[in-house]
Amino acid sequence: MNWEPVIGLEIHIHLKTRTKMFCRCEVAYFEPENTRTCPVCLAHPGSLPVPNAKAIEWTIKLGLALDCEIAEHAVFHRKNYFYPDNPKGYQISQYDEPVCLNGRLTFPGPDGDAEIGIVRAHLEEDAAKNVHTGGAEGRIGGASATLVDFNRAGTPLVEIVTRPDLRSADQARRFLQLLRQTVVELGISDAEMEKGSLRFDVNVSVRPEGSDELRTRTELKNLNSFAFAAKAIQREVERQIGVYEAGGEVEQETLHFDPGAESAPPLRSKEEAQDYRYFPEPDLVPIEPPRELVERVRGELPELPGQRIRRLTTELDHDLALDLVTSGRDRLYVRVPGEERRAIANVLMNQFAVSGVDPEVVDAGELGKLIEARSRIPRDRFTEALAASGDPGFTAERYLGDGLVADTAELEPIVERILAANPGQVEAYRGGKEGLLGFFVGQVMKETQGKADPRVVNELVREKLKA
Amino acid sequence: MIDTLRLTAEAALGLLERGEVSAAELHRSYLDAIGERDDELHAYLRTVDAPNGAGVPIAFKDLISTRGVETTAGSKILEGFVPVYDATVVTRCREAGMPLLGKTNMDEFAMGSSTENSAYGPTRNPWDPERVPGGSSGGSAAAVTAGLAPWALGSDTGGSVKQPASLCGIVGLRPTYGTVSRYGIVAFASSLDQIGPMTKTVRDCALLYRIVAGRDPCDSTTVELPQPVEIPEREDLKGLRVGVPRELNEAEGIESGVKEVVERSIELCRQLGAEVGETSLPRSVEYGMPCYYLIAPAEASSNLARYDGVRYGLRVEGGDGIRAMYERTRDAGFGDEPKRRIMLGTYALSAGYYEAYYGQAQKVRTVIADEHAAAFRDFDVLVSPTSPTVAFKLGEKAENPLAMYLSDVLTIPSNMAGLPGLSIPCGLSDGLPVGLQLIGPQFSENTLFHVGYALERAIGFDFVPRRLQ
Repeated sequence: MNWEPVIGLEIHIHLKTRTKMFCRCEVAYFEPENTRTCPVCLAHPGSLPVPNAKAIEWTIKLGLALDCEIAEHAVFHRKNYFYPDNPKGYQISQYDEPVCLNGRLTFPGPDGDAEIGIVRAHLEEDAAKNVHTGGAEGRIGGASATLVDFNRAGTPLVEIVTRPDLRSADQARRFLQLLRQTVVELGISDAEMEKGSLRFDVNVSVRPEGSDELRTRTELKNLNSFAFAAKAIQREVERQIGVYEAGGEVEQETLHFDPGAESAPPLRSKEEAQDYRYFPEPDLVPIEPPRELVERVRGELPELPGQRIRRLTTELDHDLALDLVTSGRDRLYVRVPGEERRAIANVLMNQFAVSGVDPEVVDAGELGKLIEARSRIPRDRFTEALAASGDPGFTAERYLGDGLVADTAELEPIVERILAANPGQVEAYRGGKEGLLGFFVGQVMKETQGKADPRVVNELVREKLKA
Repeated sequence: MIDTLRLTAEAALGLLERGEVSAAELHRSYLDAIGERDDELHAYLRTVDAPNGAGVPIAFKDLISTRGVETTAGSKILEGFVPVYDATVVTRCREAGMPLLGKTNMDEFAMGSSTENSAYGPTRNPWDPERVPGGSSGGSAAAVTAGLAPWALGSDTGGSVKQPASLCGIVGLRPTYGTVSRYGIVAFASSLDQIGPMTKTVRDCALLYRIVAGRDPCDSTTVELPQPVEIPEREDLKGLRVGVPRELNEAEGIESGVKEVVERSIELCRQLGAEVGETSLPRSVEYGMPCYYLIAPAEASSNLARYDGVRYGLRVEGGDGIRAMYERTRDAGFGDEPKRRIMLGTYALSAGYYEAYYGQAQKVRTVIADEHAAAFRDFDVLVSPTSPTVAFKLGEKAENPLAMYLSDVLTIPSNMAGLPGLSIPCGLSDGLPVGLQLIGPQFSENTLFHVGYALERAIGFDFVPRRLQ
């Protein structure tokens, strides 16, 4: 039997507002512990939440980008549970009336467009951070004490829940890349996993291909990179298939990965059916976004990554288009002139990416010239050129063949000198060791301090050795 | 020599303005009165010695956060807790130059109707120390009644300003929900809690309401007053329509003495020129109380979750792990009534019960609001007794929560609808004060002050307890 993975995602992103969701404390990541706190985010008696209007507007913006319906009436709920990182004893979240509902993110795939349903996107506040001390590397096991850093408490957090529409680990990875790029381009989040401003959980189940049932799912938590998530999903899919093929049943459970060690096996725990006793937050009034606000935000939406991928697939294959867009380098790509589109894309995704140059500051015309001439430029020289491509006043000219010594009259004596100095190698070459060609060329390049045109040197050396 | 028993806040303001007395002298007079009478009454949990303003001093119920001054909400779990910020009402009083006299006793977390549920011992009624002052704002009520404060702020969730005002023979306003900021008020039931003035006269009440009311950016549920607060002057009720809801005036348990005094006040309304007619609030009175005891405990169970021993207040260590710390702390820190309500509320919000209890109660609240709105198409104010009984004896209802809950049966219905209610003293029954409850539509405080003032003048109630005269 063929099995089909059924994958859904829950993604949390921090909004990069200046202040927290319900108080005026600055949103901070690397400040000393408990220095960005106030009576509201510490849940002092009598303190009350005041919603951050920017955070609501940005959630609407995200909802529109994900093709959601924006609720005319949305409600904050209290989610009640005890934990030291939850100072009020409840988290202000949303329950059955979220800001954004019923959306979709379409992304062009190798086999046409894939449409991933968005169940909802809602706004809530993040918890504080528990810091376990005395144990090994801040983990709870073996810790002698738990300290709480409330700097993070109250950071605006949007939770996006997809439908279980993803069908492979790789598709899930690409979806995450696209979603991340979308929120970054909307300017509402920096969505950096290392900072914790993007986190996600994955629900995985499998079913016989062609069936539309939904079988018991497991939840994968604490995945710390998209690539690792893809691996973990793939492993879990294979495990579940194995269980079914052995006649067993998959149990509902949560797999907690150790963010410190990818190779460590995940900790398994039974899903405790916790009762959060949700009820409408009486300290806040419902969110009723004025239609004018929604329309203004809609009008301000930039062209989204998904649309750009579709446009690029007319000249590039899908993977390359996706990579360009999700790396944000497609905007440079479209500005770079030249016929060899695939080559341009590849250079941007490889050598240029490695150079670390900011695509925004590059003179695309010059870069185009450079890429066009790449075969005539020694590898090191090309790398050097790319690294300098963001410098003010950069010109390709300096690095092109034209700037090199291509004059045979000038190069011939050097070549002859090199051959004369290495009679043994010359003999070996003539005896059939043609791989030595590179050696001679290298010697010439060295002699000319890289200024010789390698194509010309190549021809010259070959010619002289034939003689 | 200042007679704090007789001195109204308005008169005290006059003395200060005319320079006949200094703020320090005034403050001292009240501290002297506290020294003289509060050992017996226990209205205060703590006093502030030095005046920090040049105006008429004030006392705050101990759930109002005062920066630098311990605030316990009558609970052991907050013993020693010193707020780092002022409640908005405190800021407004301070900006008006009003020095803080002290913090008054209350039922723990405002849960009670007698102030016997305070973790720091009960407050006694200045009219008869064998009796309770009502609650939960019993400390504020007793302080104003016994001349230990010219005026005070209390809080009212199910009747905690109106009922103690009634039992102590003073004026208490529960304002329209959303007109006075709750920022800095230790929360009991957020959708019902309101801060209200407790004063000797209706004009004092209007003066204090004018200081504390109005939108606060720190409390999203507040609104700007649609019209400025007027200090009442008119002594007639011409053109006013007064409704007498049958169920609120004939409810089971209303003492006959209370009924008689209230009926005389209703007759006075007629004599002052009002049109008086009967009306009906059947569902509000029948369902108000049960719905209140779902909604208030539900919200309380969530509001009280923050007292967990992690960041401030009591912490009881020992045992294994965080759960044990939570359990020990909350077991030792909360009294019986908060525990009872946390359990009730947790249950009412539980999966599978939410719709039947909390959800249903919220729907009934709309019904109650609609029923009141219908009554206000025919009437400008509704009248009834504030409390079914006069002050009862300490211990009389302490062991019977249900009997205690019934003390608020007449104040709860309009509270559930978010409506303002004013209690004014309207006479004595068995030598103890009887309160008249005046209920108006949303934002009708000016009308309530007008009616309350006209009746106050006509009744001529002497607010000084007989035994202290």
